[in-house]
Amino acid sequence: MWALGFLFLIRRCSPTETTRKNTLPSLSPTGLRFENIDKRYGGLFALRRVSLEISPGECVVLAGRNGSGKTTLLRVAARIVRPTAGTLSFPIPDSAAPANNRPGYVAHTTMVYDELSAEENLILFGKLQNVPQPAARAEELLRGVGLYERRASLVRTFSRGMRQRIAIARSLVHRPSVLLFDEPATGLDPLGISWLAKTLGEVNRSGCTVVMSLHGESEISALATRAVQLDAGSVVADTNSGASLRSILTFGGA
Amino acid sequence: MSLLSNTGTLLGKELRTEFRSRELLTTTVVFILVVLILFSFAINPTTEESREFGPGLLWLAILFAASLMLQPCFLREQSNDTLSSLRLAVSDPFSIFLAKLIANTLFLLVTEILMLPLFAAFYNIPILPELHYLLLVLFLGSLGVSVAGTALSAISAQARMRELLLPLLLLPLLTPVLVVSATVSVSLLDREPVILWKGIGFLAVFDLVFLTALWLFGEYLLEE
Repeated sequence: MWALGFLFLIRRCSPTETTRKNTLPSLSPTGLRFENIDKRYGGLFALRRVSLEISPGECVVLAGRNGSGKTTLLRVAARIVRPTAGTLSFPIPDSAAPANNRPGYVAHTTMVYDELSAEENLILFGKLQNVPQPAARAEELLRGVGLYERRASLVRTFSRGMRQRIAIARSLVHRPSVLLFDEPATGLDPLGISWLAKTLGEVNRSGCTVVMSLHGESEISALATRAVQLDAGSVVADTNSGASLRSILTFGGA
Repeated sequence: MSLLSNTGTLLGKELRTEFRSRELLTTTVVFILVVLILFSFAINPTTEESREFGPGLLWLAILFAASLMLQPCFLREQSNDTLSSLRLAVSDPFSIFLAKLIANTLFLLVTEILMLPLFAAFYNIPILPELHYLLLVLFLGSLGVSVAGTALSAISAQARMRELLLPLLLLPLLTPVLVVSATVSVSLLDREPVILWKGIGFLAVFDLVFLTALWLFGEYLLEE
């Protein structure tokens, strides 16, 4: 009995148990707070003492050269990568309101199964996140991303742009309060970029906090209310004023 | 409850993708069949030798086949980084392991059940009299192979020499399972069968210990 209690105690101390009690369905604005985040791979610092406070409902663009730490920062925010030092939290202004602080994340890869159909993928991830009526939610998203006609097709038969659309749909399936997009326009044609900008705008206006990494100005970057520039794993500029913001977006990734 | 429902959902996904591609089952069945036939031709055992060495050869074939079968278990989650999306989605990462090890155990058991009649025919060993005990040993042994193999597959998938690493780690670790399973099987298939409860107990304890370790520390194996 004692041994069993001890085992449960060890397991309760694991990071997942302490941070992921969050399967509530409704949306409430959630912010993001990085405090002195370090991420080291061997001797290489991918992130160095990054401190950022992102308010609920903000739309933040991360800019910077290749290898500046944008992807690592997003993966830390998604809790896929554990920081070497520092803390990450999701402050909720109105603590009485329920929030879904499990972020929606779009990475360089699609993060969906090629051997499953578009619909099966969305239902799978909906079920895993306790989405009520996952089939109906999958249908709603497939119509939204323009893949309803191809819902029964295996993802491996999709083009790069279609794969990106299903990746975006997967990230939205649980109606997250925080969206983390790593170069979301990759593989999308001009129409797809317009669609993504419209979708992101709608999601952001509904109260969802959006953090995305981008290179250069586009319809999507026009949504940004703030730009953060990273260099060698550190924050080197952080602005929400129009001219500086455009300057970071234009030259930040150069 | 979310652990069970997530496990069920993920198990459904594992079975669906496997029955759609049939990659693992086909490879494993063919591999065990080839090994059994080769051993049979190479040694050409008498009936007594078959009773003595046959079960050991069967378990060796199962172990080698399992090391092949378990290789893609986590490896195929890497091409699209689906492991990250699963980690983001589930409330308890143990459900990812639990679904995979249940699926692996099922695949191994299906393979073994398909292979048993052929094994009996090739080695001229009657398996029917003690079939229920033999199935119990196969279940406990396969569970042990799957639990340890699933954990090691998660480790090796992130390593540089991933194709080589899994068998190198798995085969020494499973030596006790191989020895005990083969010994219990030999005694069951003897002319005067004896049930070695101590051996069956050992297999059950091995499974329980590794399952508990996986439950406690499994999520650290999934980290980048």
